This record gives sequence, structure tokens and C-alpha cells, in this order.
Amino acid sequence: MTKTLNNKAWLFVLPVFGIVAFSAILPLMTVVNYSVQDTFGNNQFFWNGVGWFQDLLDPSTQLGERFFDALWRTLLFSAIILMIEVPLGIAVALAMPREGWGVAFCLVLMALPLLIPWNVVGTIWQVFARSDIGLLGWAVNRLGIDYNYTGDPLDAWVTIIIMDVWHWTSLVALLCYAGLKSIPDAYFQAARIDGASRWAVFRTIQLPKMRRVLLIAVLLRFMDSFMIYTEPFVLTGGGPGNATTFLSIDLVKLALGQFDLGKAAAMSLVYNLIIIAICWVFYTIMTNADAQRGRVQE
Amino acid sequence: MPDLAWMAWTWQTALFFAGIASLLLLMTLLAIYRPETERVGVLRIPTTRGDRLFISLLGAAFIHLAWLGFVGTDLWWASGLSLVYAAAVFRYV
Repeated sequence: MTKTLNNKAWLFVLPVFGIVAFSAILPLMTVVNYSVQDTFGNNQFFWNGVGWFQDLLDPSTQLGERFFDALWRTLLFSAIILMIEVPLGIAVALAMPREGWGVAFCLVLMALPLLIPWNVVGTIWQVFARSDIGLLGWAVNRLGIDYNYTGDPLDAWVTIIIMDVWHWTSLVALLCYAGLKSIPDAYFQAARIDGASRWAVFRTIQLPKMRRVLLIAVLLRFMDSFMIYTEPFVLTGGGPGNATTFLSIDLVKLALGQFDLGKAAAMSLVYNLIIIAICWVFYTIMTNADAQRGRVQE
Repeated sequence: MPDLAWMAWTWQTALFFAGIASLLLLMTLLAIYRPETERVGVLRIPTTRGDRLFISLLGAAFIHLAWLGFVGTDLWWASGLSLVYAAAVFRYV
């Protein structure tokens, strides 16, 4: 069947273009516009050129120091999250049953944390981890470990990481499970005939077959953790001190707390550029790996 | 014409976005009148003209930021370097 090309179809896309322009492109242009100006309130703006960007990229200035501190914190957070959630998600997916009543049970159980809104997750953990009225905080302290996430930076980090692992590992697990389910039984039969070990089956059949979903999982988890805002904001508010002030939290403090629109705009543009660059690299690797494999198989 | 003074637009921002918009328009016209196929360059990935424009623009943004961070505020040099970079991307990537 040949497809007919009809350029009138573009007319049907126009409303979407209009909405996207109004809700995304114009606001983004506004951010660029603010990044080269300064405001003292009263909606009066003054031209500042690349001044904010210069401050932002110079760690010896107040703005630069704050930006780089938050950036390293966010990158460290994302790295830790990926290092824990990806292997754990794979392990959970491998342990999930392939058939029987357990499948539905596990899927529902896995999906539950994903259905809870971000701010509720933050609130649950804020109460759960408190040492006076929270079960987790109380129990840990009773075990003789001095744990207080509101006062100790390390405790705050551990709590946020455990919270994120609790919230999002099931996403990785579900994606991997979908990848595992799509492997035809013939592969496993062939492996059994060859006498392959459990590890060999994982390394040569399951892992390569999960590659695509794993890359999607890594990409999603990286972007989400790099842009994390609500949960740490509710749990620690960026504290103690600035210990858990990630880039997004710092940005909101700068833009809405201090109303420094110019500085905040410059910071969000650089933040945005970093995200676009990293996502492009991930995406290119992902699509390219598939294309290369396709060529080899041909 | 509604009063848009409250949005505080500047002619510099307008010029910047006009540049981007005309680049996109040029790419659309090129896609219509001179269709092309993907090719594989030094990055060993298949790229179209649009991909190469994206890589050039993203690279140009980072070149300008790096210039600002490491060298100084005279960004004409960074812009020149970005043009050289873009030419290299369009030629070799």
C-alpha cells in the first residue's frame, strides 16, 4: 500500500503548535530574555548583558559558588541513585515470577510507590524518619545509631536516597521485567542444552535483551533525579544548612524566594543546557547501539 | 496591538531568536527543496542536517559559556570559534 502525502495534514497540527508555543516556547524565550537583565521589582528591568552568566561560571562569586555547590550535589545524587536503583531494579525483575498468580501480585506491589504523588512521598518519609514520632527514625535510634535527618547532613542524604530508591526502583524493575518477558523461551532452551550457567544466561541472553529498556530506565532515572525537587523540598527543605539543596531547590529559592529573576534565569538556562547535552548523549548512544545491532544482525 | 512592555523584551533577545527562527526556516526550506539522506561521519552515528544543526547550536552554547568562564567577556571570539566549530560539524560529523 502506498501512502499518500497530503500537506493539509499540517493544518491539524497547528493547534498543538499554538499551545506549545504559548506554554513552552514563549516562557523559554522569556527566561532567555530575563537572563540578560536585572530587576529591582516593580517590573522594571535593566540591561545586564552576560553579567549573570559571568558570575554564575565564576566559583569565586557568591552566585557561582552556590551554583557549583548545588550542581555537584545534584550530580552526586544522580550518580548514587543510578548506581543503586539500576542493579537493584534488575535484581528485582529477575526475582519476579514469570507466571502464575504471583505475577499480578508483584506487578501491583511494584506499581504502588509509583502511584503516590511526590509531595505525599516526601511527607510520608518526613514523618516516617523522624526520631520522635516516626517508626524508622525511632527504631534506628533504639538500635543505638544516632540518627537525625534534620540535624545531620549525612543522615539527610541517606534518608533522601533511601526515599528515592523506595519510590523509583520499581520503575526500573518494571521496565526490566517487560524486557525479560519479551525474550522467547527458545533462547533459554538453547542455553539449557548448552549447559550454560545462571550467570552466563544473564550475561549473554538477559542483559543484552534488556539493553534497550535499561537505557530508557537510566535516561528516565537520570533526568528525574537530576531535576528532583518536591521530595527533598518536603523532607529536608534543602537542609540541614545547604546540605541537600539541589539545583532545582536552589533555583526556586533564587527565583521565587529572592525574586532574583536575572540570576535565576541564567542559572536555569545553564541547568537546561546541561540536561539537554546529557540527554542527547544518552539518546544517541541508545539509538545508535540499536542501529548497530540491527546492522550486525542483517 | 496589545501592550507587551511588561514582558521587558529587548532587541538583543529578539535578534537572537530571529536568528534561530530563520535558521529553522532555512532548514525547512532545504528539507523541502533539497531532500537529503542520513550520513555517517566521525562520530560514527547517522546524522541529518537537522542533527548537525542541533550539535552545532548546543556546542556553540557551551563554547560561549566556556569562553565566559575561562577567558573573558569578549564573546566575539567565542562566536567566531562557534562558527568554525559549526562548519567542522557540518563538514565532518
